[in-house]
Amino acid sequence: MRMHDLPDARGHFGPYGGVFVAETLTHALEELLAAYQQARRDPAFEAEFRDDLKHYVGRPSPVYHAKRWSQMLGGAQIYLKREDLNHTGAHKINNTIGQALLARRMGKRRVIAETGAGMHGVATATVAARYGMQCVVYMGLEDIRRQAQNVYRMKLLGATVMPVESGSRTLKDALNEAMRDWVTNIDSTFYILGTVAGPHPYPMMVRDFQSVIGEECKQQMPELAGRQPDAVIACVGGGSNAMGIFYPYIDSAGVRLIGVEAAGEGLETGRHAASLCAGKPGVLHGNRTYLLQDANGQILETHSVSAGLDYPGVGPEHAWLKDQGRAEYVAITDDEALKGFQDLCQLEGIIPALESAHAVAYAAKIAPSMPKDKVLLVNLSGRGDKDMQTVADRMGIKL
Amino acid sequence: MSRIAGRFAELKAAGRKALVMFVTAGDPEPALTVPLLHALAESGADILEIGVPFSDPMADGPVIQRASERALARGVSLGDVLDMARAFRAKDGDTPIVLMGYANPIEAMGVDKFVAAAKAAGVDGLIVVDYPPEECGPFVELCGKANIDCIFLLAPTSTDARIREVARAGSGFVYYVSLRGVTGAGHLNADEVLARLPGIRAATRLPLAVGFGIRDAESARRISRGADAVVIASRLIQELEAVPPAQAVECARAFVKPIREALDA
Repeated sequence: MRMHDLPDARGHFGPYGGVFVAETLTHALEELLAAYQQARRDPAFEAEFRDDLKHYVGRPSPVYHAKRWSQMLGGAQIYLKREDLNHTGAHKINNTIGQALLARRMGKRRVIAETGAGMHGVATATVAARYGMQCVVYMGLEDIRRQAQNVYRMKLLGATVMPVESGSRTLKDALNEAMRDWVTNIDSTFYILGTVAGPHPYPMMVRDFQSVIGEECKQQMPELAGRQPDAVIACVGGGSNAMGIFYPYIDSAGVRLIGVEAAGEGLETGRHAASLCAGKPGVLHGNRTYLLQDANGQILETHSVSAGLDYPGVGPEHAWLKDQGRAEYVAITDDEALKGFQDLCQLEGIIPALESAHAVAYAAKIAPSMPKDKVLLVNLSGRGDKDMQTVADRMGIKL
Repeated sequence: MSRIAGRFAELKAAGRKALVMFVTAGDPEPALTVPLLHALAESGADILEIGVPFSDPMADGPVIQRASERALARGVSLGDVLDMARAFRAKDGDTPIVLMGYANPIEAMGVDKFVAAAKAAGVDGLIVVDYPPEECGPFVELCGKANIDCIFLLAPTSTDARIREVARAGSGFVYYVSLRGVTGAGHLNADEVLARLPGIRAATRLPLAVGFGIRDAESARRISRGADAVVIASRLIQELEAVPPAQAVECARAFVKPIREALDA
């Protein structure tokens, strides 16, 4: 079977994915799947999506050859896919536009979302403003405290930010709460899920919307580098930017796919967010995938300097790509990511999101030992303006 | 015949409706769960549902979430829940026990090991909220071999085709979720629920239980006109939250009594 044929009709990627939800959500997911399948076959939907990506988001985003940085590393040439240049500053908007257009087709006037760092919340609030929809964003109380600026940004855009006080008060709990809202308000509400996780059809749908990243790269790399990359590197929390850039390359056997998870304070410390590197399969948030869990199957809290990677699960397609050996998954610590962050700032004049800095750091780790004619493509999934406070705090600087 | 089927048959013969009472294992204190179960059975509950605490109870409202968090804070695991069921069963051989929880703790224990342990503990039925029939075929089969009923949920949004599918997969009883929302929600519309039940009855011969949002004797009595069983969960947990743990058992007795009377009136 070609990789592109997955998931199957019920959302399975091999043993992963699926629809592990209470009956109260089943009908809504069936309705969503039907609407999505119909939209994908409709050229008008595709045209509308592409049009907004071009004129509202500013796509295609460029690929940039980071020459100074590559030279300093002394090995492979590194190219950056500049998702940080998108409207709202990250790849998240590709998906929220797709889902908001779908919501509009389905006649839903209210959208809800979960958010961790606030980037998906901002991207959802943005499209809700753009399409004239009511918007409620669920955010863990702990994250609200850490990401005050994004909270204000969402409010400016007209969204209501609902603090989540249950569980660990972070992203996973925000997702639970958004699902609870959805089952309660199913007739009026569309749930814009932010990553390639959740029950079918979300992992497939979000991947499809994000695939524009990899599709563009496949065209841009020959023009810019004269060929396709030897490896594509992307950070993985839930995994949407990685799926977006990996997916069009899955059938290109010569291209290594490398997902970079957050090793936090180190995998050996237990304080990390690397579900693929250090977790085991289980069921959470409507799908089967690798999870960080204790021996009793309770979901663990995660730790990363980057709030956007702070998730105890991962998209089921990544779980499958890992088991198939088609993609490799590695982990980068907080300190390594911060080093990558600083290098890119100082050598290329680009301030990456701390999430993306994990991919940057891994490229810096492998490039030096590679020949100079090898090509690495790094998905620079977001910009780092939102991380100024975090980085300054880590460096002991008072802003 | 399973203990659950037997209990429904007895009730039917007596012209009575079943009262299903829920407690989260380990809440308010692990040592109180077994005494609470006995108190509920003695004061009129026909079937006992034991909630298995989970860190991410997506289908539950704030009341059961809090109960789950309190139990987890005391380290209550699925293995502990099975121990509690076994301890209850040692002194009560008749009252059916249904465990209600989420898939991940079961998968972490191992499905085979769990079903065998549940059987050994005297558990009669299982509700795994995030295991819809199409995702848990082998699990249902294992349970069938162990003579444990797999009970599935139906919702106001379930289509007729879906109702038939779910009814076919389950045994013991069918659990109709009476509203669009999470457990313990406050917007139950009894007339709407009652209007929905004949359509479900037409699709299955299993007894029909209704839960989510039933709060007191009055709502239990009204819903029981169209159902074989009513399930009360969040409301009891709220009552228990309001008293010191030392009074929990008495509080549970006092809560169940008027509901039992209303159902039998």
